Amino acid sequence: MQINFTHHQSAHCENGVVSNLMKHHGFNVSEPMVFGIGSGLLFCYIPFLKVNHAPAISYRAMPGFIFKRFAKRVGIKIEREKFKDPKKAKARLDENLQKNNPVGLQVGVYNLVYFPDEYRFHFNAHNLVVYGKEEDKYLISDPVMETVTTLTENQLEKVRFAKGALPPKGHIYYPTDFPKELDLERAIVKGIKHTCKDMLAPIPIIGVKGIRYTAKQIRKWPIKLGTKKANHYLGQIVRMQEEIGTGGGGFRYIFAAFLQESSKVLNNPKLAELSKEMTQIGDLWRDFAVDASRIYKNRGAKADGYNDVAKQLETIADKEEVFFKALKKAI
Amino acid sequence: MKKSEVPQDKSNLESANLRELCYAVDENGEYTTAHTTGWDPKTIALNNAIEEINQRVEEAKNRVLNYQTSPIEYYMELHKMDLPILASYVGLWKWRVKRHFKPKVFNKLSNKLLQKYADVFEISIDQLKNIEHAN
Repeated sequence: MQINFTHHQSAHCENGVVSNLMKHHGFNVSEPMVFGIGSGLLFCYIPFLKVNHAPAISYRAMPGFIFKRFAKRVGIKIEREKFKDPKKAKARLDENLQKNNPVGLQVGVYNLVYFPDEYRFHFNAHNLVVYGKEEDKYLISDPVMETVTTLTENQLEKVRFAKGALPPKGHIYYPTDFPKELDLERAIVKGIKHTCKDMLAPIPIIGVKGIRYTAKQIRKWPIKLGTKKANHYLGQIVRMQEEIGTGGGGFRYIFAAFLQESSKVLNNPKLAELSKEMTQIGDLWRDFAVDASRIYKNRGAKADGYNDVAKQLETIADKEEVFFKALKKAI
Repeated sequence: MKKSEVPQDKSNLESANLRELCYAVDENGEYTTAHTTGWDPKTIALNNAIEEINQRVEEAKNRVLNYQTSPIEYYMELHKMDLPILASYVGLWKWRVKRHFKPKVFNKLSNKLLQKYADVFEISIDQLKNIEHAN
């Protein structure tokens, strides 16, 4: 049994699943549109929460939030369910496939066999679409993969019931109800306003302030932690910024693409200008990654290097502060 | 980033025949997507992270051989886990798992409990008790 589902590759899994499911139901919504309306852009540094033995850092909203906000803002309804019993989770999945309904699943990455070994970490907020079943193999459309793939019943159960932080618990979701036409204009305005509010939040570890705070920490790392740990921490920042899923520059390019598309939808030329600015800020993030990687490549690097990259982050923070204030006014 | 500047460096993605999607600007300033085979700065970051894990595994192994910790900690590192992740996989409190790191405590564990760990690591109890049998 196979549902007639078209796979489109995307940069990020959550946007990709939403965009692909929307396209399947006849609404042509791009990945940047989903990301922007769902207010996906964020910066968050949580020093006391350790991931892979380094402080947690995120360039995007909490997993699941993008879809939730997107659905609310464009007026679609989603059915979601989590399970204790893997058998029930499987039954619900099969039921939907019988009804020709492709569904989104939250899964853990560690046991995803089609990922390269190096990418298999204990990260539980990956998303994919199941669009059919042939014998005991589920047909999988994983948005970050170039083509579709398959998983056996056992393999799928394992990733659906991965443990650790944010366990998926068999989380299944699919849109059930659509408006006649999507009200993109209002949704875009809401999405942008929310992102501006997040990035300018008066909380020390979030948004522009969070970037400055991170810069301050980076300056302290080599002295406080020694070079080895400082490099490991710095490497984690670069990985979160550029690893599978951000589309480059810690989601800044996807956001710029969203602003460009929105400027046409809203007929607002100011947004096109701001899109160009965001692209330049994205380039600065890329430069930061290049220089940071130089530090942890040459292990004997001097403390100066850390100050340099910290300074780069501070420049980015200043630019983003101006940017999001301007964006708030433009909408 | 311009479309023509999207990096095409060698990376670990190649082994899986995978290319990532990037967002970039074309000649007319319009946003579009482009494939990338990898980018050196992040390949270096990833390789460093993997090296770090390998070191942790090696250190844990040495400590097991010196009777400073139990094989559970070794297998935990081998599976890229930390204490909270392992505890949630075996369904025990963190402090209990940590206690099982003590060789003395580990040696007295019931087969039922050992089987729990063995199942998580997908090995036999024999392999769990003796890390030399693992590889």
